[in-house]
Amino acid sequence: MYGKGILKGLGVTLKRFVATYIEDIVWWGRRYYKPEGIARRSSKDTRGIFTIQYPEEKLPVPEEFRYVPFLVYDEGEGGKKEIRCTSCGICSKVCPPQCIWIVRTVDPATGKPVPAPAEFYIDADICMNCGFCAEYCPFDAIKMDHDYEIASYGRNVFDLDRLLKPASYYASIRPLNAAREDEARRAKEAAKAAAKAEAR
Amino acid sequence: MSTPMQTEAPRPAQNSPLDLAAKFPGAVRPDERPGYSGWIVEKDHLRAVATFLRDELGYDLLSSVTGVDYLPEGKMEVVYQVYKTTGGPGVFFKVQVPRVDPIEVPSVIDIWPGADFQEREIWDLYGIRFNGHPDLRRILTWEGFEGHPMRKDWQEAYYEEEAKPYKSRWPEGHHVSAEEKSLYKDNVRYPEKFDPEKWTPTDPEEALYASLKKYTSTDESGMETERIVVNMGPQHPSTHGVFRAVVVLDGETVVSLKPVMGYLHRNHEKIGERNTFLQNMPYTDRLDYFNSMSNNWGYSLAVEKLMGIQVAERAEYLRVIMAELTRIQNHLIWIGMMLNDLGTYFTPALYAFEERELILDIFEAASGSRMMCNYHRFGGVVRDVPPEAFEKLKGLVYDRLPAKIEEFERYLTENEILVARLKGIGYLSAEDAIAYSMTGPMLRASGVPYDIRRAEPYGIYDRFDFDVVTRPEGDMYARYLVRVEEMRQSLRILEQAIRDIPEGPVLSGKPAYQVRVPPGEAYGRIEAPKGELGFYVISTGKPNPWRYHVRAPSFINLTALEKMCVGNKIADFVAILGAVDIVLGELDR
Repeated sequence: MYGKGILKGLGVTLKRFVATYIEDIVWWGRRYYKPEGIARRSSKDTRGIFTIQYPEEKLPVPEEFRYVPFLVYDEGEGGKKEIRCTSCGICSKVCPPQCIWIVRTVDPATGKPVPAPAEFYIDADICMNCGFCAEYCPFDAIKMDHDYEIASYGRNVFDLDRLLKPASYYASIRPLNAAREDEARRAKEAAKAAAKAEAR
Repeated sequence: MSTPMQTEAPRPAQNSPLDLAAKFPGAVRPDERPGYSGWIVEKDHLRAVATFLRDELGYDLLSSVTGVDYLPEGKMEVVYQVYKTTGGPGVFFKVQVPRVDPIEVPSVIDIWPGADFQEREIWDLYGIRFNGHPDLRRILTWEGFEGHPMRKDWQEAYYEEEAKPYKSRWPEGHHVSAEEKSLYKDNVRYPEKFDPEKWTPTDPEEALYASLKKYTSTDESGMETERIVVNMGPQHPSTHGVFRAVVVLDGETVVSLKPVMGYLHRNHEKIGERNTFLQNMPYTDRLDYFNSMSNNWGYSLAVEKLMGIQVAERAEYLRVIMAELTRIQNHLIWIGMMLNDLGTYFTPALYAFEERELILDIFEAASGSRMMCNYHRFGGVVRDVPPEAFEKLKGLVYDRLPAKIEEFERYLTENEILVARLKGIGYLSAEDAIAYSMTGPMLRASGVPYDIRRAEPYGIYDRFDFDVVTRPEGDMYARYLVRVEEMRQSLRILEQAIRDIPEGPVLSGKPAYQVRVPPGEAYGRIEAPKGELGFYVISTGKPNPWRYHVRAPSFINLTALEKMCVGNKIADFVAILGAVDIVLGELDR
């Protein structure tokens, strides 16, 4: 019968149309603006329309999600910012679009380099969010952020002030990674201490 | 890992008993540079050797033609890679010419018509003239462009250094915006004595129009009919981006057609030669931005061949899983966008996007990004798939996607309007498809069972049971059916990969940002969703590749666009272009 294919296709559209309302009823009050509803709508069992109503709703990003990097500092005594970065320059060397600019600190008395950045810039307009800097940083000092809402009217050249974020923030966005790295660091320090004790 | 054995690694030409040097004494000699393979052909004998390879030996598919600038040796080289559509390894052969303008090489366009765009690209980027090419114009850069940008002595507007990392970034990295360095405070550089306000693109456009057939024709009664020239694009919703086609029409029928491209050209390959080997990985994401997982694979395959390293077992499976998921989402998008081109505005496209979003969730959980995955590393992948994402993957592969593909078939395949628009339109015969170097679903829809996963398996594809989908019709409906069936085959591969995937590390060796790549050449090619994606990489042992070439399926599959469109209606041009499945990021590079 001519037109059977069209009717079959319209049947599919109708089914999907109805499915949205069935889901609305089954998940009454929980389908929108609720974490469980969003989880349901991004699961394999989702049916009907599953648009996330951004910005009212936001899709939770996975731990590995990467956006423009930030620098991690540990909170020392009296709120002192202990920057992990030693300005070794690996991140700026590995950066594919070369958007990381670092000025190394030099001790004015001796003229020798000090392991801390004097200035640190990331040109966020050029950054391609590849994550290499975080991947190859040997000090866990630079990490990829989850904050993707950085649109602005001007250029986004982030300086040290803008880049620094506490280790607690890092642990909050990447709990598994942070725990694993802390573990590794502690093990390394323990091994160092043991070696020292043995040498003594 | 850095084994000195790379010269003895199996190479296609050395594997085959082929001895071109004996057949053409004095004209052909084996390429004996360390790490290289194949043959060096004297310029005057190129066409004879090419004809012999095609007619006597059956190397009917010209995969890639590209130029290489050996500036220190004062030589230019044109590299040809040919394969048999019946499968097996290919043959590399090269022509070397002195690096003194005018540089001339005979064209092979009448032996392999698929060389058309590629030779134009070499002329554009390297300034090598191909004698006998009927339409040798610039193809990727604009008509007023000065110089040939892939030459090693050509420098871009913000030239800093020959290779990254740039010294200005560390340890005295005081930030300077690039546009501050330009006289125009903008990302442009003009030739001397050039005024952009006064320039009008008459001459190059005339060359373009002259390359089309004459505008007038006379019918039997002697009445002169003027034909109409229509510019479709570059700003046209049907062209999937900034692509332009100049079409000559007789009434509504296409008489002649020339694609104009390069509006998105960013000299990807030049950037690739400035980058270190690893830095190229995220750049490959941006070629065919729907399929970054496949692009990564093509590039890592080429570099791993050069390095001679093994890929971790679990990573091999993860690569297959990601590549096949990519294929499914690409074909879904293709169906959606194709229906858009036919006028079914966005309902099928958004149905396709729904499934794609769920697949991208898995990419995001594994790689950190939905589209710009940057997932592969030399010797494996960057990290394992998190357990919850793996569960979702199983759910998609076992439950959801099979049902959804079924639903798509119910929704579209028998639809009378769709069938009427697709059946018998855009015909391409198997012979033409091979001659024009078509690859991927386009070639298979013309009845040629050529799939690199089978013809020359890479990774671990030899372990999986799947069918190479072909249709004999060669029309657009066949292209639709091939892609639908390919999604089912991808699901079959995925089921096997999920079943067999072993535990273990996902990277052989330690993560390293500086890799040691022994000198030599390698061509890594994979069956990307759009066709054969090849990366030709030359290393000189330095941290940066000497040559980095992308054989882009979107670009080369367009060579036959005119052939498919002539004789059809202008409205079908939109659909035929859509059926090729192009992505401008890859097409223009």
